[in-house]
Amino acid sequence: MSDAQNTTHEAIDEDRRDFIHIATAATAVAGAGALAYVFVDQMNAASDTKAASSLEVDVSKVPLGGEIRVLIGGKPFFIRHRTQAEISAAESVDVSTLPDPQTDDERLRPLPDGEYNRAILVTSGSCTHLGCVPVGPAQGNTGDFGGWYCPCHGSHYDTSGRIRRGPAPSNLPVPDYRYVSPTVINISL
Amino acid sequence: MSGHPSTYEPKTGFTKWLDSRLPIVRLAYDSFVDFPTPKNLNYWWTFGGILAVCLMTQILTGVVLAMHYTPTVDGAFASVERIMRDVPYGWLIRYIHANGASMFFLAVYIHMVRGLYYGSYKAPREVLWILGCVIFLLMMGTAFLGYVLPWGQMSYHGANVITGLIGAVPVVGDSIKAWLMGGPSIGNQTIQRFFSLHYLLPFMIAGVVILHIWALHVPGNNNPTGVEARKDKEGLKKDTVPFHPYYTIKDAFAIVVFLIIFAAFVFYAPNVLGHADNYIEANPLVTPAHIVPEWYLLPFYAILRAITFNIGPIDAKLLGVIAMFGSIAILFVLPWLDTSKVRSMRYRPIARQFFFGFVVAGLLLGWCGASNPDDPIIPMGEDQLVVTYTDANGLQATQTYEEYEPAAEFRDSRIEAGQEATIAIKKAPAFRFVHLAQILTLYYFAYFLVILPLLGLREKPKDEPASIHKAVLGNKDRAAPAPAE
Repeated sequence: MSDAQNTTHEAIDEDRRDFIHIATAATAVAGAGALAYVFVDQMNAASDTKAASSLEVDVSKVPLGGEIRVLIGGKPFFIRHRTQAEISAAESVDVSTLPDPQTDDERLRPLPDGEYNRAILVTSGSCTHLGCVPVGPAQGNTGDFGGWYCPCHGSHYDTSGRIRRGPAPSNLPVPDYRYVSPTVINISL
Repeated sequence: MSGHPSTYEPKTGFTKWLDSRLPIVRLAYDSFVDFPTPKNLNYWWTFGGILAVCLMTQILTGVVLAMHYTPTVDGAFASVERIMRDVPYGWLIRYIHANGASMFFLAVYIHMVRGLYYGSYKAPREVLWILGCVIFLLMMGTAFLGYVLPWGQMSYHGANVITGLIGAVPVVGDSIKAWLMGGPSIGNQTIQRFFSLHYLLPFMIAGVVILHIWALHVPGNNNPTGVEARKDKEGLKKDTVPFHPYYTIKDAFAIVVFLIIFAAFVFYAPNVLGHADNYIEANPLVTPAHIVPEWYLLPFYAILRAITFNIGPIDAKLLGVIAMFGSIAILFVLPWLDTSKVRSMRYRPIARQFFFGFVVAGLLLGWCGASNPDDPIIPMGEDQLVVTYTDANGLQATQTYEEYEPAAEFRDSRIEAGQEATIAIKKAPAFRFVHLAQILTLYYFAYFLVILPLLGLREKPKDEPASIHKAVLGNKDRAAPAPAE
């Protein structure tokens, strides 16, 4: 500022230079940051991809003792219609002996009236070990515990989708789903 | 470059005109014609040129394939089959591209092992080495992305396993994974971005290759003795020969031999390095029984799976991911881990033994990566069948059998008696692939973190030759006629 009075057109005004440097750099950084956000965010799931991440399934169509497999957003899910024997097998296990302790009821969701439909079990279809899709009743192999068997590295799941033996660290996760009517469930990711 | 004065003299009017405007001919002349190159380079030094050819082959065939390829989940597999069946010579171009990736990695591994043996990563070539590591990393990324594009079973489920690794990162892992895949799973949006990036990365590799060559031409080539070419005019003349014609012809000969091997794969065994499963269209509901990456990633896959134990709060899965990325990251700091003043293993009798051990470890890790980790290498006893049942007192009891029939008979008799009984296999103790992989992984890291740092300080190296010239002529430095230069 001391130079302000004797500034000629040849003298250098450092303040003006500082101003133009800072103003340019600040605008450039803000612009680059804003653009970076745009270019990073465009990689996230698009609206249509997100919209496709829930599905309604009529569980009354699943044959007794069998299952259907659905893909939601590319992820596999199992919907199994358990027999009475399978339900009692799932309920009779001593939970404290399980690698990932969970009771059968903890793995079910209530009907609209608050009761449980224990015949219908809904689980993720990705083995918790490395994401392979286990085989089940339709493939003729339900493993040593009657549920599912993962052929990749030999994980055995029981009729509640709980890990019983093998390298998988945890139970087949129960997805986020609810009964919208006594026979229709809505599964969302 | 290299402090070597330019000897280019434009002859014609046009080259004089161009030289004063864009001295590109001068740059090429100084880099690839009159570049002073140690006169003792052996055939291990030809892989740089071979790799340049590999990169150009991949870009050329890749650009052509992109003309016929459809990057959608519904179209990808069919468009690749169309390339194979309907596009004129499409089968040839695709087989060159697919096998070209393997040949590229074969050459790059030889090139890297050459650098490890002759100490080419040491001062003043650290930046050269690091740029090479960057290229290697980009190559692995490109290969992974490209392998997803045919949308076969191995493409899909291999990509699932690899993106699953990112999910092992605590806290942010799942968000990063979803961000990379562009959704909850690998889908159409994933294949589109992978295609875009697969097209981009080779050009980034080409850019880093230019930096790599630049960083090579500043210090000049290392050589099998590891002794620097002398800088003085007389010494430089004795230790080096001009790149052209001495190494243009040597490289060209090696490239031709390499391309013959390449062609043998393309024409006679185009699928021998691939997996049959990848000729089945991707099906998210059916996983192939045995997911393995392409051969060139197997050692790193073996390191990933070798970690089967938790350390403190870090679980095995994350540790495996850390070990796998660490095994590559460690290469970047190698110039500062090796403390030896001597570059070439020729003059490091002890380090040489460890080096060959390292190469064997790398190959064996590849074997482990290709095998089921739980398969026994050396079995110690027979597997047994254990029948678990509730005895007369209602307590759990077991009985062990060698054969299936008596075991099943016993189980059925228990069930008939109204008791619960199941059969399970009890695996015999064995030395398994996972154990071998653990030992080899330990050696891999020990080589870089313990052996090279300590050995450099303790080992007594053999006498290095006084100069490249002396090394070539041996002890008899007779007044031989100067090589026809």
